[in-house]
Amino acid sequence: MLTIKDLRASIENEEILKGLSLDIKPGEVHAIMGPNGSGKSTLGNVLTGREAYKVTGGSVDFNGKNLFDLEPEERAREGLFLAFQYPVEIPGVSNMEFLKAAVDAHREHRGEDAISSVDFLKLARETCKEVDLDPSFLKRGVNEGFSGGEKKRNEILQMMLLKPTLCILDETDSGLDIDALQVVAKGVNAMRAEDRSFVVVTHYQRLLNYIVPDKVHVLAGGRIVKTGGKELAEELEAKGYSWVEEEVA
Amino acid sequence: MSDFQQQALQLAGQQDNPDWLAQVRKTGAQQWLKSPWPTRKTENWKYTPLAPLQRSEFQQWAAKTSGWQDRIEFLELDATRLVFVNGEFDADASDSELPAEVVRFGDATADQHAVIAEHLGHIVDSEQHLFAALSNAWASEDGVLVHVPKNGELSKPLYIVHVSTPTGVPATANQRLLVVLETGARASVIEHFASTDDEQDGFVNSLTEVNVGENAELRHYRINLEEENLLHVGGIHANLQRSARLRGFTVSLGSKLKRIDYQINHCGEGAHLDLQGVYLPKNKQFVDYHTNVQHKVPHCTSNEVFRGIISDSAHAVFNGRIHIHKDAQKTLAELSNKNLLTSSKAEIDTKPELEIYADDVKCAHGATVSQLNKDAMYYLQARGISRDEAQVMLSFGFINELLQDVAEPAVRDYLAPRLAGLFSSNKELLQHLQYE
Repeated sequence: MLTIKDLRASIENEEILKGLSLDIKPGEVHAIMGPNGSGKSTLGNVLTGREAYKVTGGSVDFNGKNLFDLEPEERAREGLFLAFQYPVEIPGVSNMEFLKAAVDAHREHRGEDAISSVDFLKLARETCKEVDLDPSFLKRGVNEGFSGGEKKRNEILQMMLLKPTLCILDETDSGLDIDALQVVAKGVNAMRAEDRSFVVVTHYQRLLNYIVPDKVHVLAGGRIVKTGGKELAEELEAKGYSWVEEEVA
Repeated sequence: MSDFQQQALQLAGQQDNPDWLAQVRKTGAQQWLKSPWPTRKTENWKYTPLAPLQRSEFQQWAAKTSGWQDRIEFLELDATRLVFVNGEFDADASDSELPAEVVRFGDATADQHAVIAEHLGHIVDSEQHLFAALSNAWASEDGVLVHVPKNGELSKPLYIVHVSTPTGVPATANQRLLVVLETGARASVIEHFASTDDEQDGFVNSLTEVNVGENAELRHYRINLEEENLLHVGGIHANLQRSARLRGFTVSLGSKLKRIDYQINHCGEGAHLDLQGVYLPKNKQFVDYHTNVQHKVPHCTSNEVFRGIISDSAHAVFNGRIHIHKDAQKTLAELSNKNLLTSSKAEIDTKPELEIYADDVKCAHGATVSQLNKDAMYYLQARGISRDEAQVMLSFGFINELLQDVAEPAVRDYLAPRLAGLFSSNKELLQHLQYE
């Protein structure tokens, strides 16, 4: 599904990723944990093609394609999805028109016609229910005035509508109370499938109680320094990150 | 400018002018002759290129033409409609039955002529506004009076359409509206400035005077969607009496010359102004909004929001002046002007001007100039939306924030798809915009 080899990337001439390698197979859930500033969010931004981030070395293969040959929107249509840590508010653009434009772009890419407005409204309303978001949020501006939890649920709503093959959740748990966390986890678990993979980027082990990973990686200093099973997350929660950093150093 | 002078003097010198017209024409012509032609050193006209007006010889009145009917799309609403073509009343296109509160100047009763005589040319300060002086000199029977008596209400909105068509010669049209709301009266008026999509050759001078009486409320819409060769200078001048409310909305495309002044005087305590505006010049067009809000008495409020998207090599000017006089304590005044430049050749000159002479007031003003938000662009692209469609969605979203709040649904419904169409001629890029 996704093979990252020796990836190096920088922002404003400061190198953040310093030779990161990772291999994700279809159906797997990988957790990436690490201290603040270790490059966790940079990874998601680089993979989805955010302009400010410059790739300076390495390669990323996504389902047989060189990811860096693709524009951000092409990566999305190929099945790459990032649930943003800080979803942007776009007043004046309704959530509904945004979601339909996204869904239609994916359909067009697959050679399908645009979904009818009636069908889409029905689909969107049903999906809202699954993430416990009132359908009135469809009429509001994109993320406009949404609480932190509502923004995160809106991200999961988009994920469910777009049905990506690789989902990167960038600290989706930050700022969520336990109820919202469960809603998010339920949404993710409902989408787990043999041909869909997840990268769960998180600072805390808490989310991983609900979304149980196949592998846990520790990202420190721009590289993956340790990989283990789900028990590694528990160990990190108990002992903090310093022991890993010391071990590596 | 001798051509204008000639016309103005001719009208003022006519012997058969009725009384209500004679005075305004005469003082207008006198003021016009006294007023110096603006230069680049005239502060109020510093960025406004008047050259297009001087390039042609506007020696005559534009004549009414026909054949435009199926080429102008009207707003769809239940309203009283009056249509003027090149400044001249078009009875065929207008409603034949008018409510008692609405009348063409020439058809007014003696009482209504008294109202016209009292207010016409007296609300506007023609010493400060050159083209208002010209409009006074040019005043004619083809103006509209809205006079709503005490506690009365216009049962339907008044919809005035000013149609411009080319006449083959550089010609002028004078467009005039007077709204007088007595105590507690209410009205909604839409002024729609339209043209055929032919290359226009005229000059339009439009002037609206408003007196909103005690506790009265006027909703006023001014829509300027004329073809880009039409030259248009317009003004809205309003006096707000005690606890009066004026809620204004305006939208303007650019043209070779488009200048619109809003002069709002808070004359009575507790008066309130809401004014929203959108301007969207493209190609080599120009558009200029000058607003001047005079807080003369205490406890008044004003809230102004203007947004512009300037494309291609277009040029926009926004000058928002708020003057809070010494006695105007407890004033609340806000002014926001945000601009989006979508091209490196686009230009905006924005200047909020705050003059405060009272010490117990709350004022906020701000102007910004920016490009499309990169984070928002990336967010849309990260969901598979193409760069081009994302640009269209965000551009429309920028003005849609104001359109969403337009109280009259017919205005919103009319404008939204037409304004969105400015951002792309490719229908596919517009298909997801929601106009509700």
